[in-house]
Amino acid sequence: MSTQASGAPPAPAIASKGSALRRSLSALGPFLGLALVIAVFAILSDDPARFLSLANLRTVCAQTVIVALGAIGMTIIIVSGGIDLSVGSVVALASVVTATVLRAHGSPWLALFAGVAVGGLVGFANGLAITTLRVVPFIATLGMLGVARGIAKWVADQQTVNVSPTWLNELAVTIPGRSWMFVAPGVWIAILLALMAALVLRNSVFGRRVFALGSNEAAALACGIHTDRLKICVYSIGGALFGLAGVMQMSRLRQGDPTVAIGVELDVIAAVVIGGGSLSGGEGSILGSMIGALIMAFLRNGCQLMGWPNYIQEIMIGAIIVVAVALDRFRAARLTA
Amino acid sequence: MSILQLSGITKRFGPTVALNGVDLEVFPGEVHALVGENGAGKSTLMNILSGALKPDAGTMKFRENAYRPSHPLDAGRQGIVHIHQELSLCPHLSVAENILLGIEPQRRGWVDRAAMRRKAAGTLETFHHPAIRPERRVAELPLAARQIVEICRALARSASLILMDEPTSSLQRADVESLFLFIRKLRESGISVIYISHFLEEVRQIADRFTVLRDGASVAHGKLNDATDEEIITAMVGRPVDRLFPQRRSKPASECVLQVRGLASLPVLRDASFELHRGEVLGIGGLIGSGRTEMIRSLFGVLPASSGEVTVRGRSVAATRLTPQRCIGNGIGYLSEDRRAEGLALNLSIADNTTLTRLGPLSRWGWINLARQAERAAAWIAKLNIKARGAATKAAQLSGGNQQKVAIARLLHQDAEIYLLDEPARGVDVGSKAQIYEVIRNLADAGKAVLMVSSDLPELFGICDRLAVMHRGTLSPVRPVSEWTPRSALQAAVAGESLDPQPRSGLPA
Repeated sequence: MSTQASGAPPAPAIASKGSALRRSLSALGPFLGLALVIAVFAILSDDPARFLSLANLRTVCAQTVIVALGAIGMTIIIVSGGIDLSVGSVVALASVVTATVLRAHGSPWLALFAGVAVGGLVGFANGLAITTLRVVPFIATLGMLGVARGIAKWVADQQTVNVSPTWLNELAVTIPGRSWMFVAPGVWIAILLALMAALVLRNSVFGRRVFALGSNEAAALACGIHTDRLKICVYSIGGALFGLAGVMQMSRLRQGDPTVAIGVELDVIAAVVIGGGSLSGGEGSILGSMIGALIMAFLRNGCQLMGWPNYIQEIMIGAIIVVAVALDRFRAARLTA
Repeated sequence: MSILQLSGITKRFGPTVALNGVDLEVFPGEVHALVGENGAGKSTLMNILSGALKPDAGTMKFRENAYRPSHPLDAGRQGIVHIHQELSLCPHLSVAENILLGIEPQRRGWVDRAAMRRKAAGTLETFHHPAIRPERRVAELPLAARQIVEICRALARSASLILMDEPTSSLQRADVESLFLFIRKLRESGISVIYISHFLEEVRQIADRFTVLRDGASVAHGKLNDATDEEIITAMVGRPVDRLFPQRRSKPASECVLQVRGLASLPVLRDASFELHRGEVLGIGGLIGSGRTEMIRSLFGVLPASSGEVTVRGRSVAATRLTPQRCIGNGIGYLSEDRRAEGLALNLSIADNTTLTRLGPLSRWGWINLARQAERAAAWIAKLNIKARGAATKAAQLSGGNQQKVAIARLLHQDAEIYLLDEPARGVDVGSKAQIYEVIRNLADAGKAVLMVSSDLPELFGICDRLAVMHRGTLSPVRPVSEWTPRSALQAAVAGESLDPQPRSGLPA
């Protein structure tokens, strides 16, 4: 028995190359989906040049900004094993707060900060409810969906808050004031934040612990990670990003509107899920979520250009969410088999 | 000089005494086996050592200092780590990330990947597991490799005492060898291991010394080389048998109502064959995890069988085609061991729970006659002496023993011919136990057939007519109870049938 001890134990047969290839293939999934959507509309369209034109691309980008910013925050939350249903209300609240501050003080910077901060505060409150009151995220943020919407209407006195034009209104326009930018500044902000978030999730201690939390909370706790603090952080960061989306909303409409963005959370969650995020946590990527947001934006845009009615868009987007997730599960099952 | 010394550890949960004066001494660089029957207190002791529970009395010394961990993290910091039966790894993260979770090498908040890979590879290499590459995702690793990763996580936190709770229970034979090599490496580097196992053969292979727990007390300890299997098993049994059991009245008839041939549900259940006769109680002994539950579940079609043939009252069916609906139709009733998850609908009333499987006699054209249902439930409440305010009481409001009686009432209401009972009297008070035994005995006396799985040897000897023992997925031949002794049954459970010279070598890989 002791003579055996010095020899190496039988190596578990682990084929690495094949699975790495398969994994990168599965990461390509959302890209293929996007290419498919664009190709289908290009073929169906009477005027493919218009659908594929840079001007149309610019429109799609501007339309995606709000959902894309929300999807960055939602990706972090979903990877941590959580969910946030209050996105739409937070967007409305932040748009109202931004407009109110802008009207009262005239400082776009202060207004921008206020919008982001109020979103962060709502996220912080969500985190507190989830960790200290032990309410599951679904319920805690469902409650916040009502609370934040109510506060938005209260702050705005049930009216829209109109503002005089500043550079804040230029953030999410379709055609930017400075033509060298090509797309609106808000699009560049979203791209920059997406890159940062991707880097943080992949390479920072915080990001890896968010993955650990979503993958196996008990294990994270057993390894000495303060899971409650981590969750509060995750929801606060998510909230701040939803707040920024609210600033963009204000910028697009040129007013703060407490009734805007109803149901945006569903688009945002759909973007994350189409991009490979798993609602049971531990899985998801910023890149995937951005592609997911683009897929939905191109679908909407394509339907509009085709002159299809609104209800067709709704049916198609609903079906695509289910098909995307089913394909993903099918792939995952083949991977593990 | 010992690294860990426990004396007089006592722990009560309400009126039940889980540990009653446990002494344990572990030396540096030894593998110390902790053996005992299910329920002897091993898990409670491990939870105390790992800081999850606090002892009521007794002293603990670890590395010459008083040891009083406030929670599992604190125990880990002091150098004692518990490897749980169910692994606690993050499947989506890499091996290196799992090993260093919570103590990641970092530069200003960014993970230092190179240092992480180096450290993880270092730990893995020290213990000769270069095959597990640090960058692999844990979800892609086989179970045995995951266990090694979890142990490496303990090592990365410089643990000096590792608690392993049945680490081989889910492993294949080759993986067990690999794990043992790994444990020997730990021992060579001066790390101590407390190793819990039911399997004496395994304990002999890996451990240096042993301590036997029985009924919450340490009853024997010593070097394994100085003790025979006989002596250790004698120390493990020897519980007084209460007067709980009813008289056997019936003479089992010869009519066979259920014949099982080569039933398997891989990977756990490998081979079970037996005949169940009208008017008898057939007991199935064996350890938890040996495949008893899998056998009964695959017989009822809840767990897919991989092969085998079942003949129910003369009609033969392939075991793979069994479904619960078909079994109920054939007059088979099943009582799950997990009454909270599978046995009862806790939010529903006693009336709903007892009549759920057979609403036919209580309904017409799909409408349930609620008065008749309540009446019938009330009859069962009276008959089984269920302590409840009435038939409308929710099952969740009842005590464990009374819940179990409701589950049994449902089975009786179903009016089956063949009863498959998994741990029918576990976790209930003594009074309910006696009543449940009487119900089982009455069923047999009324000409029904009962197959009953139990971890409690006195129970099996008290009410069964014939007995078979499951060991590592293989069922022993069935023999009359009079041909078994508690010792031979335990021997068969921990070491396989004594007639079989090499109990594990004959198993398919």
